[in-house]
Amino acid sequence: MQDSQANTGSVATIDHESYNPALRHHFADPQQQKNAASLGMWLFIVTEIMFFGGMFCAYLIYRLAHFNAFAAGSQQLNIWMGAINTAVLIVSSVTVVLAVKAAEMGKRKALTGYLVVTVLLGATFLVVKGFEYAEKFEKHHVPGPTFNFTDKFDDNGKQIPVNPKEAELFFSLYFAMTGMHALHMIIGCGLFSTLAVLAWKGHYTTNYFTPIENAGLYWHLVDIIWIYLFPLLYLISRHS
Amino acid sequence: MVEHEHTAHSQVFYIGIGVVLLILTVTTAAVAFVNLGPFNPVVALLIATIKATLVVLFFMHVKGASEKLTGVVVFSGFFFLAILLSLSLADYMTRSWR
Repeated sequence: MQDSQANTGSVATIDHESYNPALRHHFADPQQQKNAASLGMWLFIVTEIMFFGGMFCAYLIYRLAHFNAFAAGSQQLNIWMGAINTAVLIVSSVTVVLAVKAAEMGKRKALTGYLVVTVLLGATFLVVKGFEYAEKFEKHHVPGPTFNFTDKFDDNGKQIPVNPKEAELFFSLYFAMTGMHALHMIIGCGLFSTLAVLAWKGHYTTNYFTPIENAGLYWHLVDIIWIYLFPLLYLISRHS
Repeated sequence: MVEHEHTAHSQVFYIGIGVVLLILTVTTAAVAFVNLGPFNPVVALLIATIKATLVVLFFMHVKGASEKLTGVVVFSGFFFLAILLSLSLADYMTRSWR
């Protein structure tokens, strides 16, 4: 950018017709710069998939080993709050992709609006999650010394008693996975709030909106993780 | 001025994908209340995978990405996840002595 001019002293040779202040001097053209940034973001997303993958793996192994306790635990979760949160996240993913589209078309106000709506939807998710966690505390379903689980696994009318220790394992995984997901949501809300302020100030142009695109990739990843968490945690043996 | 690539889809298209995702969410919650025996988790995960695929392809712009390497990286991510899950379960599910 500016420093490249100062360093090389070749200001006179810069073609002012095609000069793009957002283009870093070590990239051949904006498309290459964008592709490099996108590739880097995708590599980060792969590490995130593996990070959550470890927890999904632990979940699968324990679910197969202690299915009745996991089903009993799952039946105690609030399916409506989970479903509403799934819908909230999907709508937020749509607003994110619309924000990227607005950035691409250089619509500053629309971009800022979509980013703000995304933050509000993210906050809605976290508030619903907060009510769910509060319910868990009230029912003593939070793993630890006060954990108490007397509910049975309702297997099509048959009431099967379960080992509370195994149910505690389910709730440990529930809190680890949804908690880590919620942490990602909090980070995402902070990220999008910052982007909204910068977008409002006119920081992003049709030539440069890579941060919007990459933050969007992050938000979609967090959405995808919830898309899997919802059926795995909330929908075990609901048909009884 | 500077050429830059436009993502191929319109706002209406994205909203349409969003509506499909919402319909699939309602479907997965509704199907969970129907007794399909051992197929309940299969159907739930199948729907989740369809939803995730829609998000990856259209919202994350993997379909039609100018950088083909992106597709390779995405594939490698799910490939290594598949190794993690399949080899771990291949162990735990075949411990017949337990």
